[in-house]
Amino acid sequence: MSAVTQTKSNPKRSSLRAFFFERPTKPYVHPFLGGTLLGMVLFLAFLITGNGLGSSGGVNRIVVFIEDLIAPGHVDRTPYLLKMAGGSLNPLDDWIVFVTIGAVLGGFLSGWWNGRLKVETNKGPRITVRQRWALAFIGGAIMGYGARLARGCTSGQALSGGATLAAGSWAVMFAIFGGAYALAYFLRKVWN
Amino acid sequence: MAPFPLPLEGLIGKFGMYAVYLLIGIAFGAALEISGFAISTRLAAQFYFKDLTVLKVMFTAIVVGMVLIFGASALGWLDYNLIWVNPTYLWPGILGGFIMGIGFIIGGFCPGTSLVSLATLKVDGLFFALGSAFGIFLFGETVGWYEDFFNSSYYGRLTLMDVFNLPAGVVVVLVVLMALFMFWGAEQLERIFGGRDLSKEPLLRVAGAAALFLAAVAVMLIGEPTPAEKWTRIAPEKEAQLRNREVQIHPGELLDSLANDQLRVVMLDVRPQADYNLFHLRGARHVPLEQIRSIIPSLLLERTDNQVIVVMSNDEAAATEAWKILVAESVPNVYILEGGINHWLELFAAQDPQIVPTPTPALGLDYIRYQFPAALGDRFPAADPFAHEYEFEYTPKIKLELKRGPSGGGCG
Repeated sequence: MSAVTQTKSNPKRSSLRAFFFERPTKPYVHPFLGGTLLGMVLFLAFLITGNGLGSSGGVNRIVVFIEDLIAPGHVDRTPYLLKMAGGSLNPLDDWIVFVTIGAVLGGFLSGWWNGRLKVETNKGPRITVRQRWALAFIGGAIMGYGARLARGCTSGQALSGGATLAAGSWAVMFAIFGGAYALAYFLRKVWN
Repeated sequence: MAPFPLPLEGLIGKFGMYAVYLLIGIAFGAALEISGFAISTRLAAQFYFKDLTVLKVMFTAIVVGMVLIFGASALGWLDYNLIWVNPTYLWPGILGGFIMGIGFIIGGFCPGTSLVSLATLKVDGLFFALGSAFGIFLFGETVGWYEDFFNSSYYGRLTLMDVFNLPAGVVVVLVVLMALFMFWGAEQLERIFGGRDLSKEPLLRVAGAAALFLAAVAVMLIGEPTPAEKWTRIAPEKEAQLRNREVQIHPGELLDSLANDQLRVVMLDVRPQADYNLFHLRGARHVPLEQIRSIIPSLLLERTDNQVIVVMSNDEAAATEAWKILVAESVPNVYILEGGINHWLELFAAQDPQIVPTPTPALGLDYIRYQFPAALGDRFPAADPFAHEYEFEYTPKIKLELKRGPSGGGCG
């Protein structure tokens, strides 16, 4: 109650709220249009820089950056981490980190512009919000692990490697769909 | 033609370069968001055949990107040899992909979409992103236990063109056809499982499919630039380098470079097998001229910034041919051994009584003009002379071209 009166009594704050959260909600674009735009972004990335898109690589370097702050000695003793953050190497000094930060920014800007910024948890009807959070974390951990093992996630392998016709990326892509379809039946109550 | 890839760092500085990457990232995130990829239930519906948005968006992006990339390559706007093509590690990739699929259906996102989801304040997106950071951390800590598997089944820069032995244009058309068939199938599944009314779908999508197919056929008909065309494009500049002898390095420079720890010298001996067996420099790889193309993928992929490639033949003719092929395929830092093996032997085998110049007039160019007691290969002292015993006057010609090439995949 007091919170409501407070927002009402504070016009500055409510206008800020309106600015971010009360824009008219627009529908999503048609998948083929969204895909075409995504493909054009992908092409521009290759044309301008020679590199594709990605996201797990950027998260990886941010994780290693934090590890390097906490335990630099450990990073210097682990060969896989050493390549990114050994000695005076800054793991954030890499293009993929900026693509990753940009993706967050772009998602935010697009969500804001189209009136889709909303604090919410999307889930199937039969599970609780807390269960959904737990599953999201566990699924994320499995996905993150697999993405590093495969040297790239859906963006770096399936999307970028798929468009450049890298043979291994096509194998990764089919494996992703295969893994998800193989388990989908057993998780039907989570999502339906 | 603009240089490819653009030397961004040189043009606009490091911050400018990173600003470009940031803009690309913003466009990437926005493209994911407008497709509805911030919503986990929408993504997961893919795997219950109700709403195949994920498949449609992903495959549309792949085929549109592919047609544009290979179209631009056919027209000479970008150089396929210089863009990053994910190297193939088959089994780690398949296992990792399978694990990712499991994570996808449990968590409802992939890493990129979870970032967009958290950016639009979805709490499940935040938990997924934190989870993937944790999984990535766990991988960094545990990969040391099975490094052998992680680096196994390595095929290098393997493309679908290599696998099916087809030209790029044909593969492009086939992939587009496969994608269009999948889109048709996806819509049928949505009709059956999701109760979607296909008559309400925009007709424009059929026109888009037709345009995509025609563009792919055009890419196939234009064809990727042949080696001869690639050479023609750069010939004026490169012929001048050959004429001005900017790329023919003195044997002394090769010897000093081999002794220089800061350089990684790759020597390619392009002579016939018999000549190579008679005598070759220690450490030189034997790649006959006819097979020089086969090593280009590995030279492009495994290159380091300090890599220098030196091609050599008996004189210079075959080495120059090899040089042209490598340079046309955008392999950086390639040089020719000046005067070839004959010149080398003249300098380093003068004291060796076993190796004698043939008195008969030369058979012609690019024949070996020395006689050996036996085909001892690199077991002659002249095959591996001590750098500090020799001092030559020469003009150093090796200039490392530190071109910022594609540095790693999206997840590198």
